[in-house]
Amino acid sequence: MKKITTPLTEEKLKDIKAGDTVYITGTIYTGRDAAHGRLIESLNKGEELPFDVKDQIIYYVGPAPAKPGAVIGSAGPTTSYRMDDLTVPLLKLGLNGMIGKGSRSDEVIEGMKEYGAIYFAAIGGAGALIADSIKEVEIVAYEDLGPEAIRKLRVEDFPVIAVIDSEGNNVYKTERAKYEK
Amino acid sequence: MREIHVDEIIQSVKEMCMSANYNLGKDVMDAFNCAREKEESPIGKGILDNLIKNANIAKDNQVPMCQDTGMAVVFVEVGQDVHITGGLITDAINEGVRRGYTEGYLRKSVVKDPLIRENTKDNTPAVIYYDMVPGDKVKITVAPKGFGSENMSKTKMLKPSDGMKGVIDFVVDAVSQAGPNPCPPIVVGVGIGGTIDKACNMAKRALLRPIGEASSKEHIKEIEEILIEKINNLGIGPQGLGGRTTALTVNVETFPTHIAGLPVAVNINCHASRHEERVI
Repeated sequence: MKKITTPLTEEKLKDIKAGDTVYITGTIYTGRDAAHGRLIESLNKGEELPFDVKDQIIYYVGPAPAKPGAVIGSAGPTTSYRMDDLTVPLLKLGLNGMIGKGSRSDEVIEGMKEYGAIYFAAIGGAGALIADSIKEVEIVAYEDLGPEAIRKLRVEDFPVIAVIDSEGNNVYKTERAKYEK
Repeated sequence: MREIHVDEIIQSVKEMCMSANYNLGKDVMDAFNCAREKEESPIGKGILDNLIKNANIAKDNQVPMCQDTGMAVVFVEVGQDVHITGGLITDAINEGVRRGYTEGYLRKSVVKDPLIRENTKDNTPAVIYYDMVPGDKVKITVAPKGFGSENMSKTKMLKPSDGMKGVIDFVVDAVSQAGPNPCPPIVVGVGIGGTIDKACNMAKRALLRPIGEASSKEHIKEIEEILIEKINNLGIGPQGLGGRTTALTVNVETFPTHIAGLPVAVNINCHASRHEERVI
C-alpha cells in the first residue's frame, strides 16, 4: 500500500508499480468522453486548455448529482477505452496519471511508456464508497456538459490500484493469466 | 373493465427508478457473499468486500450504488381487461422516469440524438416494451441499464449447423473480449432463437431472472451450467484483476426460430444488476 500526494511528479510516478494499491490525496481533475473531445479540439486549434495538465491526474468520471448537504453524488470510474483515441496528446503535454476502469489500447500504453504516465483503476460501480473520499468539488470548464463537465476534486485517501505502470507492466494481463484454466 | 389512472403509473415508475438505484437485490448480495467465500485471488476478495460495502452505503444513505444510474428500460405487462385513464401510458412512464431521476438525484445520461448528443436533462425517453397478458392488472419492471456493460454486448447470426457448441463459443468469446470493461463480476443474459431483435430482447429480459434460478428447460439449464463454468475459468475475476468470480450467473432464454437461422444475443450486466417490479 502506497500513499501519494498530488501533483504526480515524474519522480513519484517512478515509485509506483503495477499491482500497487495507492491512496491519493490532493487535487485531481475529472473528464470523460465529451470533455476529452473538447480538450483535443482546443489543442488542435492551438488554444490554451482550461487547466494545466502537467503532472496532473485525470479521473474518468461523470458523477451523479449531489444530494442536499453532500459534496458530490456517487462517483465511480467510467470505462477508459472510450478515451483512448484522445489520450496521447495529453500525455505529451505532461499528464502523468489517469484513473478509470478497463483496458487501454496499445497506442496509449506506448504513449505512457514514452512520456511517463501511470494508469490507475478505481473500483467500477463502487460510486457510493468512492464519493466518501471526495472532499471538495469545483467546476472548472464546460459546465454545459452537466455530468461530463470538468471538475476539480480535492480528495483524501482516494483508493485506486495501479494497473498499468510507466514501464507498461499490465496487471489486467498478468493477474488474469494466473487464474485462467 | 378495471380502470387504472396514469397518476398511479407515474408514481410507481418514479419510486422504482429511485429504489432500484439505491437498493441492490438480495439475490445479488447473496451471490457476492457466496463468491467472496470461494474467491482465490486476494485482490478479487478485497474487491468483493468493497462491493458489499458500497451496496450497504448506498442502501443506508439512499444514494445510487453507481454513478451510472443507467438508461431506464421498462417492461410492461398490460392485462387485456385494463383500461388506462387520464392519458397515454407511454407518457406516464416517461413522466415517472423524469421525476424519479430528478427528485432522486440520479444521473441524467440520455442524449436526444445519437449523433448530435445533446443531453435531454431528465433521462427520458425510457426504452419501453409492452406485452399484452390475460387479467386486469399491469405489471411494470424498471431496469436501469448502465452502459459500461451494455457496450460490451454482442449479437450474431449463427448457422443452424453451429449448434450448441457454436452458441457456447460465441458467448464465452464475447465475455472474454469484454474483459475488465463491464465491471465484473457480471450477470450474463443470453437470447437464442427468434429473429435478431427477438434474440436481443430475450437477452435483456434474461437479466431480470433472479440469480440462482436456472432455466426450466433441461437442455438450456445444461448450457447455462457449461457457460458459467467456462466463463469463470477465463480468470478475468472481479474488476478484471484476476480471480474465479467473473460472472455471478448466466441466464439463457430461447424462442422458436426459422429453419435457416440461429440468432444469438449476449447482453452483459455489471455487478450492479438492478431491477424492480410492481403489480398495479
